Amino acid sequence: MNLAYSAEYEEFRAEVRRFLSEHWTPEDAARQPSAETAATYIGGGVADERVTAFRLQAIERGYLYRHVPRRYGGSEQTPDPLKAAIIGEEFRRAHAPHEIMGQGPSMLVPTLLEHGTEAQKDFFIRDTLLGKIRWCQGYSEPGAGSDLASLRTRAVLEGDSWVVNGQKIWTSSAREADWMFALVRTEPDQPKHDGISYLLIDMKTPGLDVRPLRQMTGDADFNEVFLENVRVPAANIVGKRGQGWIVSRSTLKHERALIGGSHLTRRTFDGLVMLAKALEIRGRPAIEDPVVRNRLVELESRLLANEYQGYRLLTMSARAEDPGLSAMVMKLSSTTLGYDIAKLAMDVVGDRAMLAPGEPNAPAMGMFGTAYMWSLGVLIAGGAANIQRNIVAERGLGLPRDGKK
Amino acid sequence: MDFGLSQDQVLLKETIRRYLESECPTTRVRAIMESDRGHDPDLWAGLAELGVAGLHVPAAHGGSGLELLDVALAAEELGWACTPGPFLACALGIAAILASGDRDAAARWLPGVARGETILTFALGEDGDEWDAGRLATRARNGKLTGKKPLVPYAAVADALVVAAQDDDGPGLWIVERAASGVTVAGLQSTDMTRRLDAVQLADAPGTKIASGRTAIDRARDAGLVLLAADAYGGSRRCVDMTVKYALTREQFGQPIGAFQAVKHQLADLVTDLDPALSLWWYAAHAYDHIRDRAERHAALAKAHLTDLYDRTVRTTTELHGGIGFTWEYDLHLWFRRAVFDRAFLGEANYHRQRAADLAGW
Repeated sequence: MNLAYSAEYEEFRAEVRRFLSEHWTPEDAARQPSAETAATYIGGGVADERVTAFRLQAIERGYLYRHVPRRYGGSEQTPDPLKAAIIGEEFRRAHAPHEIMGQGPSMLVPTLLEHGTEAQKDFFIRDTLLGKIRWCQGYSEPGAGSDLASLRTRAVLEGDSWVVNGQKIWTSSAREADWMFALVRTEPDQPKHDGISYLLIDMKTPGLDVRPLRQMTGDADFNEVFLENVRVPAANIVGKRGQGWIVSRSTLKHERALIGGSHLTRRTFDGLVMLAKALEIRGRPAIEDPVVRNRLVELESRLLANEYQGYRLLTMSARAEDPGLSAMVMKLSSTTLGYDIAKLAMDVVGDRAMLAPGEPNAPAMGMFGTAYMWSLGVLIAGGAANIQRNIVAERGLGLPRDGKK
Repeated sequence: MDFGLSQDQVLLKETIRRYLESECPTTRVRAIMESDRGHDPDLWAGLAELGVAGLHVPAAHGGSGLELLDVALAAEELGWACTPGPFLACALGIAAILASGDRDAAARWLPGVARGETILTFALGEDGDEWDAGRLATRARNGKLTGKKPLVPYAAVADALVVAAQDDDGPGLWIVERAASGVTVAGLQSTDMTRRLDAVQLADAPGTKIASGRTAIDRARDAGLVLLAADAYGGSRRCVDMTVKYALTREQFGQPIGAFQAVKHQLADLVTDLDPALSLWWYAAHAYDHIRDRAERHAALAKAHLTDLYDRTVRTTTELHGGIGFTWEYDLHLWFRRAVFDRAFLGEANYHRQRAADLAGW
């Protein structure tokens, strides 16, 4: 066990820092509200020219999209989880734009690399990596949530087009997206998993209607997408007919797949400690309350466990060991922790937790109430908590599979 | 950057596990725990032969000269097997002598400990749930100690006790031989029958001072906190393991109970919290030797967190077993009892969380 990086890696870190100091100035960093927003364009922001130019330089140097071949716009590096971790740390420290987050680079690109045609890879990957093509994911339907494979949006081949009819829901970024990757039923006579195909749908196609879906916070960050006789070129299928389920499962095999996002939880927790120092409950700072202190330490223990688990997963990845159960538990562990941190923040805010965002007297403009609700949103999104529990119990512990009749 | 075990460490764990599987199945655990002293010299000699007794003892004194992490990996395995005996007592005694920096004491006591021939224990806690080195009532005057240590592990079989007490200069550590005059050891019935406790009375008992100030006392306590966390982790994993096996074979309503989501989800929730917690006590053990400014707080965090999880694990896994889990005959209660010791010894979770809050400067 050794938490220091070897000289070779420290030299690499120095090289990354030199690159950042030469190509991403403090003025550039100041323009970015935070490292995360700099890296994230899922909310509809557009990568401006300055950011795109920087990303191209970073790709050229081998720092971003390391798993993507050069001919498709990546930097094609030998997988090295430690280098990837160092790049992530240094880019965050410099508030420099890292890889674009969101479902295009994280889901569509690996899928195309594994199953796409040469024409699809050429057309989509490079622009997706730079944020010039933005994607949304057409998976969930009103009747197909946890049981995704029961989806009913269907596509029928007519001449050289798929004609798609149906409805998708919980579609983040559908209003901003240029394209959607979707699962549709093309083989209605086949058993449910074998009747699904993976299609790429241009969001400007006639018959496609996006309607904002207002969530419990009052904002509309999701959408419903209605498809009525939407014609999709036959060539826009990824993989073969009826193989969409398998195509959609192509996992992120590259080095970042295992590196968790506990730095975001750390920031939230540090914010909670500051809040508890700043706010008073019945005449004394909340942080002096023994119960608040106890809960803070309990939460921090879980946070530290997850942070060190990140080191452990990184080490397993560097040693090419299968993390098994240790990786499976992380989504449930981190989202449950996020919920508990948000809940303590509400208690620390006290009476004014009842005030809605925008009410001037609400601490931090009421953001804690919104954060509290969102902590439930992420617990549900991308595989609800009980689905995660099934995965841990079945694949991690070897207990019998669910729902098999 | 390598946050994982070395090949030697993996081998150490495997060796101990294989040895305990063959030499200390629960039938032997029960025989030892129902014996007078709760200690089987043959088993201890066997473990010492593997090197378990001397992992932390410097090579110059006949040990392996390893770090606290290695000792903790052994503690994890002993926790997995619910091994009865003075491992923790000895480990605390070794840590206290090492922390004292007293060379004479190390040369006098540690070689025998490494060979498994000498047993040490550590006497810190006092009446009133007092584990703070700065508030001890046991007094030393002119090399003689007087006071009461109500809950000392394996004092009855120990050759010497490392005693935390106060003299006119404040807190410090003394070595008191068990056979010395003025030392009275009274055996107690302990909930965890695999870790025996004795009440020790000191009345002008001769002692050799090995450390002044509270630092060495705190260091020994911190080593103990990490070892308890590791024991709790090993025991928790064993309880989950036993319960998964049971859930795959026990049938009700025409199917294995492990097919019911209620059962699956309780187990999934347990391992979701347990698995990352391994990294917390690994880090705490590593910090003890390598990141000194984080060692004390992480030891407190690990002890509180892991022993809380141990409590939840033994409670949930017993419940999942149903009636059989509540019988004397079924083994699960051995770990249930062990969790009671791990939680309370050296101070309960709440105490260490309050300390951790203070240490953070909150």
